Amino acid sequence: MSFNSVSEFLAMGGHGLYVWLSYGLGVVILAANLILPKLGRNRLLAEQKRRLRREEGVR
Amino acid sequence: MAEKKWMPRWFYQLASPRWCYQITGKLLPWFTAAALVLLVGGTVWSLAFAPADYQQGNSFRIIYLHVPSAILAQSAYMLMAVAGAIGLIWKMKVADMVLKSAAPIGASMAVLALVTGAIWGKPTWGSWWVWDARLTSMLILFFLYLGVMALNSAIENESTAAQASAVLALVGLVNIPIIKYSVEWWNTLHQPATFKLTEKPAMPVEMWLPLLVMVIGFYCFFAVSLMQRLRNEIIWRERRTGWVRELLNKQ
Repeated sequence: MSFNSVSEFLAMGGHGLYVWLSYGLGVVILAANLILPKLGRNRLLAEQKRRLRREEGVR
Repeated sequence: MAEKKWMPRWFYQLASPRWCYQITGKLLPWFTAAALVLLVGGTVWSLAFAPADYQQGNSFRIIYLHVPSAILAQSAYMLMAVAGAIGLIWKMKVADMVLKSAAPIGASMAVLALVTGAIWGKPTWGSWWVWDARLTSMLILFFLYLGVMALNSAIENESTAAQASAVLALVGLVNIPIIKYSVEWWNTLHQPATFKLTEKPAMPVEMWLPLLVMVIGFYCFFAVSLMQRLRNEIIWRERRTGWVRELLNKQ
């Protein structure tokens, strides 16, 4: 461990703002890269299932 | 077909969207697990256990996000250009889909590299941004990604969109060596590369080992996100085929 206490860890030797801003942004960008394709997939599957049902109804 | 096949078998299998959908379905859980372990472990290691830099102190820890995202932004671009070339030469639909799927992920990596760089620059150089060769060429990389995304969303016809974005991706490839050598060709504030294939890293092992873990973790993460987007694209373009119909009925 390179820190002795939690408050020391959070302060990052006075650079806390820079470090935590960077890592916060990192989490946001990585999460977006998982959530957006997932939402896209849900929407796509729902749409296509609806279309299938509609087409089968016509027949 | 009488035509002689001169590429390995997997190359032709890759051309089948259905085969790609199935193989990525099998690979996804493994890459997801690897990405999770490497990124969580690597982040804890980078933030709490890696030693602070003797000059930069703890702001140095930003390197563990900055370098992997910058590497990925360039790797994703090269993948995009290679996929574009394959799409142009062999008219392979899956390659077009890879090109389209990689662009938004690469763009987000370029943003992460640029913004973490700016945040790191403030305590280190005393400025959020300088018009330096490395920073400017990286910004151009981001605009190239935006260009590919814009072409894909503006052109209705899928194969025309793929051709146009493949040409842009290939032309923009010239920017990649410029990014790489920018720190050597021009006087710059930016420090030279941390990892070189031919030399041992200049930093101690306790510092570069977590960085290596993060880089590999980012590659696995990129693979996960790319496969997810690719699978969506496959379902969309193959929506009229029998196998997608079957897949939808099973869901």
